[in-house]
Amino acid sequence: MKRDRSGAHPANSFRNVLLIFFLVLLLVLPFFLNPYLLHIMIMTFLFAYLSRNWDLIGGFAGQFFLGPVVMFGIGGYTSTLLNVHFNLSPWIGMVPGGILAAATGMALCYLSFRFGLKGIYFGLVTLTFPEILRVVVTNVGFLGGVNGVLIPFRQNSLLYFQFAGKLPYYYISFLMMLLSIYVMYRIERSRSGYYCLAIREDEEAAEALGVDTLKYKLICTGIGCFFLALGGTFHAQYLMFVSPDTFFGIAFTLEVIIRSIVGGVGTLFGPVIGSFILTPLSDISRGLLGGYRGVHLMLFGAIIIAIILYLPQGVGEWFGRVYDGFRVRFDRNVDRKATPWRRGQGAKY
Amino acid sequence: MISVTMVIQLVINGLLRGSIYALAAIGMTVIFGVMNIVNFAHGTLMMVAMYISYWLFTLVGMDPYVSLVVSVPTLFITGGLIEKYLIHRSLDAPEINQFLITAGILIFLESAVLFLFSPDFRGIKVEYQGAIVQIGEVIIGLNPLAASVISVALSISLYFFLKKTDIGRALRAVTANREAARLMGINLNSIYFIAFGIGSACVGAAGTIISPMYYIFPQVGHLFLLLSFVIVILGGQGHVIGALVGGLIIGVVESLCILFIPGSTKDAVVYAVFILVLFFKPSGLFGKRER
Repeated sequence: MKRDRSGAHPANSFRNVLLIFFLVLLLVLPFFLNPYLLHIMIMTFLFAYLSRNWDLIGGFAGQFFLGPVVMFGIGGYTSTLLNVHFNLSPWIGMVPGGILAAATGMALCYLSFRFGLKGIYFGLVTLTFPEILRVVVTNVGFLGGVNGVLIPFRQNSLLYFQFAGKLPYYYISFLMMLLSIYVMYRIERSRSGYYCLAIREDEEAAEALGVDTLKYKLICTGIGCFFLALGGTFHAQYLMFVSPDTFFGIAFTLEVIIRSIVGGVGTLFGPVIGSFILTPLSDISRGLLGGYRGVHLMLFGAIIIAIILYLPQGVGEWFGRVYDGFRVRFDRNVDRKATPWRRGQGAKY
Repeated sequence: MISVTMVIQLVINGLLRGSIYALAAIGMTVIFGVMNIVNFAHGTLMMVAMYISYWLFTLVGMDPYVSLVVSVPTLFITGGLIEKYLIHRSLDAPEINQFLITAGILIFLESAVLFLFSPDFRGIKVEYQGAIVQIGEVIIGLNPLAASVISVALSISLYFFLKKTDIGRALRAVTANREAARLMGINLNSIYFIAFGIGSACVGAAGTIISPMYYIFPQVGHLFLLLSFVIVILGGQGHVIGALVGGLIIGVVESLCILFIPGSTKDAVVYAVFILVLFFKPSGLFGKRER
């Protein structure tokens, strides 16, 4: 590939312009939003972050992982309990939470691998595991019991991850989303990333070529679970509350996974696009249809079914085609035939 | 404190309950075996059947056991149509898509019922509610006994249906090897329709016969969904008798748990058993199939 004098990849200049445009837009956006819309944006970033990290395990590494909510719950509960009982700042408390989640995820992954559980069987293990934790948390008094744990509001301080307004949460969640995209970007382009792709496409062939399948699955699971747990801490600090049903409930798992599917599984921006479409849609429909109990959930179910039936690859692919079209018009140097929008495109999983 | 009579009583309660769990799980195992799909909307279909019986009882005064003749065919057709128009198109899709489509059906049906009938807990109060049969010191409710007899009878007749009839043989052939069965001239489309229909009809029957003994509310299916997973895995994929025995085991385990731990933690024990079985004997207690 030829490079121009500035050293930038010619094919990437359009992408850079687009990325900077969106960055600036999202940085100044909160000053024009009311608290309700700000809340929707925060949830959008949070779900983009969580789906991005689930996708690292479930999409990129191809594990049928149905338990993101466990990691989320472990993260939220660990930092909150350390905060409430030992007065430890959540910024520090999120690290043991993340490590605990990563260890749990890797243990589940290792045990399943060791006992030869694949596909739906691995899915069922990870789906049932949060239920056990939910029952445990509900019944152990120290962990808060059925009512959960309230985080006392000490002061408006960065140190304790507590703010009176929504604006700081907006920027923190925005940074977390960018971080998750950056981490994925680096993984995708690393040697381990290529090994992971090989495993996803054909595990047996990869193994035959000497790829240590277990090692790379464990790496992806560990990283993904660690970051999912940090998302749990953020959510706990944002709600100032943890409860067994929100932090270990199965509904949350669906919310995270469906965003990834909508945007395109196993692609860099897919989960983020999915969250930007679905989170505002579900929040606004809940606001509009809140009077009719259950209708917004019916809509959610119908959207899931429709997307799986009619857009099984996700809307990310469609966005990608539009993006490629613009890129060709914008930048004459781009080879028109070589514009597959993402490497993961057309992947089986 | 723990007397022999008490243990016998708990075991019998567990067996009665377990046989109903088993009928629900048999529905799932048939679908899982034939189509290799785990139906996450399974418990929700059970909930639908419970509401059918509830409304037939409330509006027409039909006995819940008699309403089997309505709920079972309705659920058979509902299940078949769900398969034909929704599941069928995602059969070759990745597993995560199959998971999401059945989960989408779960959310849709559940919130539709929530919207139509409110989240209130309802119950069917039949005249013979409190009737009991006493054998020595052991007391057996007439309701659970009747429900259990019906579910065991249905399970065994389904077993013989699968063993003796042509459709049953075709279903088993597809379970054993989908491609070979297709090459033998078995129409996969109609087999899938029938399999999903039978699975839904089983869980519908379970829902109807448990309706006089259980609260009826939109989320009632979740518990039975998770129990069905456990039983299906315990019994082995597509194994009807395995699921029947698995259901009885889970019923007894759940019932005996009360002796040792507080009632609300018994679910954790059942799930722990499930994960252990998955790790150490993933083909189930009776499974011969290599995965």
